[in-house]
Amino acid sequence: MAENAIELIGINKSFGAVRANRDIALEIPRGTIHGIIGENGAGKSTLMSILYGFYQADSGEIRVNGKTAAIKTPNDAIAAGIGMVHQHFMLVENFSVLENVILGAEGEALLTKSIAKARSELRRLEKEYGLEVDPDALIEELPVGLQQRVEILKALYRGAEILILDEPTGVLTPAEADHLFRILEQLKEQGKTVVLITHKLREIMAITDNVSVMRQGTMVATRKTSETTVEELAELMVGRRVLLRVEKGEAQPGAVKLAVKNLTVRDSRGVTMVDDVSFDIRAGEIVGIAGVAGNGQSELMEAVSGIRKAVSGTVMLDGKPIDLTGQADPGELRDRGLAHVPEDRHHVGLVLAFDESENSILGYHDKPQYLKGPFLNLEAIQKDAQEKIEKYDIRPANPRLKTANFSGGNQQKIVLAREIEQDPGVLIVGQPTRGVDVGAIEFIHKRLIAMRDQGKAVLLISVELDEIRSLSDRILVMFAGRVVGERGPEATEGELGLLMAGVEHKEAAE
Amino acid sequence: MEFIDTLINILNSTIRVSVPLLLACLAGLYSERAGVFDIGLEGKMLAGAFAGAAAAAVFASAWIGLLVAMLVSVGMALIHGFASITHRGNQIVSGVAINFIAAGSTIILGQAWFQQGGRTPSLPPEGRFGAITLPGADALRDVPVIGQLYSGLLSGHSLLTYVAFLAVPFTWWVLFRTRFGLRLRAVGENPAAVDTAGISVTWLRYRAVICTGILTGLAGSYMALAQNAGFVKDMTAGRGYIALAALIFAKWKPVPAMFACLLFGFLDALSIRLQGTPLPIIGKVPVQLMQALPYILTVILLAGFIGKAIPPRAGGVPYVKER
Repeated sequence: MAENAIELIGINKSFGAVRANRDIALEIPRGTIHGIIGENGAGKSTLMSILYGFYQADSGEIRVNGKTAAIKTPNDAIAAGIGMVHQHFMLVENFSVLENVILGAEGEALLTKSIAKARSELRRLEKEYGLEVDPDALIEELPVGLQQRVEILKALYRGAEILILDEPTGVLTPAEADHLFRILEQLKEQGKTVVLITHKLREIMAITDNVSVMRQGTMVATRKTSETTVEELAELMVGRRVLLRVEKGEAQPGAVKLAVKNLTVRDSRGVTMVDDVSFDIRAGEIVGIAGVAGNGQSELMEAVSGIRKAVSGTVMLDGKPIDLTGQADPGELRDRGLAHVPEDRHHVGLVLAFDESENSILGYHDKPQYLKGPFLNLEAIQKDAQEKIEKYDIRPANPRLKTANFSGGNQQKIVLAREIEQDPGVLIVGQPTRGVDVGAIEFIHKRLIAMRDQGKAVLLISVELDEIRSLSDRILVMFAGRVVGERGPEATEGELGLLMAGVEHKEAAE
Repeated sequence: MEFIDTLINILNSTIRVSVPLLLACLAGLYSERAGVFDIGLEGKMLAGAFAGAAAAAVFASAWIGLLVAMLVSVGMALIHGFASITHRGNQIVSGVAINFIAAGSTIILGQAWFQQGGRTPSLPPEGRFGAITLPGADALRDVPVIGQLYSGLLSGHSLLTYVAFLAVPFTWWVLFRTRFGLRLRAVGENPAAVDTAGISVTWLRYRAVICTGILTGLAGSYMALAQNAGFVKDMTAGRGYIALAALIFAKWKPVPAMFACLLFGFLDALSIRLQGTPLPIIGKVPVQLMQALPYILTVILLAGFIGKAIPPRAGGVPYVKER
């Protein structure tokens, strides 16, 4: 048997004018965990989709176990022993675990036998790899960690010897991620080969044997993980030196800018999402809210920005209350100096069909500097947009381009530029770097610190613990709608992780 | 005894008017469960009815009529598939287009071929599916209740009626007990999952719309070859839309679909029966109100009484591999 599970030779792939992969060469030794890192758009996912038969390479060769393999469809990949866990799970939500596992691998036209066979096979896989999951549970009732397990089971059920995972930890809590890593280690021990695609350097260092770095469609380096450092990998990814931890001075907290008291919010189903939450934010500090997605952070943020109805409680901005009926006039709040960078830039933050300059003034379009009588002053708007583009390095630098044609990171910069440049007293910002490249993350973090140093109050909500820890002056942890703890920026990841998982501090100490 | 006779009478006509609804509803079920919305059931039924009646008239054979009806309906279904699966067009627009094509072309072709104002010639008995008398029906006719139900209600329908009701458990079995059904349901919920499992989304959806074509062909045949003796212009009269309402009402499930169609059929039968008959207390009810009853009921039931009808998640959305 050949030593390499996978060998890619001279892979090229273009989408129109975009060369997503150029002359990729890659060797993945059998029985190892191999990391592939790179910024968004570096071509990692395209490369893996080619390997899985989802796309066809324009040229190049794929060798599996030393033999040339013609992988034209996912079926060919499955037959060659390749399984893939996609970033967005490929599961049918209202099907049971069993039904999802057998889909496409039913064996025969009638289901009764295939289901029985799958049931006993699942039991075996469960035992062998510690992948417990109730075979009759519906996918939509399972937490994401278990849904991911079903994806892994699907691949193993099809006899996968090589498992590709695309950004597997994006949706997981730290504890779930650790569990996943244990499973991957176990797979490795059983002789399987694991390919891990990620942009999180920490994960690469924690679990991989080798790591390959992609940048702008090319494979720039492959290293043994034990012989490289986070700094080197980051530099290879971005092509220049990157500061992974923002440097910042001591916070100089001033007067209270935003005071939240006994805030309770229910969602449309009547479930309490924010439960009696109180906190203050002072001028000149960043308060971070950590928590696993879905523990009320989004609702809290929406209520504080006046776009979601609160059941009870008060929010004071500069000592005056904010309308919490969900009917607040956003224009008025902007005038009072409250700016809001929403979590979901596509649905709430931007109108994708508008051009860049229109989005860069959206919500502030009735300010006198953008108006000429009753009409928009297009010239001033273009000039304003051009300035923001230069200041925030938004690419491509074309204010007339449709917003949908910008990458995620640049879209995020458009929103940030719009809100920050209005010089608000309070900035509420949700997931500021979701889907943003390492280089742009550095820039966004610097801007937020600069806001703070100018004496603004910043409320930061993020599911990225690293981000919370490196930016915040104070960290509040939310679990099940309640603030379960407050820590300083020196809090360890483990400590915050336990709080995020709802484990009381006392229990954790025992 | 008169009450039982009346009841059996109404139930009997309930079955008769329910059959085309049921066949069309099941037709829609296959397509929509696979994620292809089909507002063109009406048009396919109409085209099937016309083609069936024309072929049955020319060849004097109900079976040839049925075959041609199914072929034409499948052809129309494939046009819908070509527009909405292969070319990822808007499924509603495509469906409406099918309805227009059917409504216009059946009249034009009917006039050109038969010169009877858009009608097809009246069919001889061998061009129709006649009533089948179940064994022992005549003998049991006089046994009270049970015999009356058997001979008056269960016996005496055309072959297509029995096919329609047998199609209900068959569809359930296909959907929930076969590989094809599993994949069909999956592709209507999450086509990407099907694609990554190595199954062709396109071919699977085409097979679903072919099933739809076959069943709408049956529905059209029933109207032209069993219920009536030939094609009359616009003879489906909105049944395709009622079938769609029944499908939503039944939450895209075969057995509830049958009951929904029977309910609509019952209201229809009742409205025919009660025309001109004064009701106790209320007095004489306008015909129009009775005719509108199924529609009113649909609105009321959909508005509040059946809970939320959640359509297949990928319904109406053409599948595009993400870039």
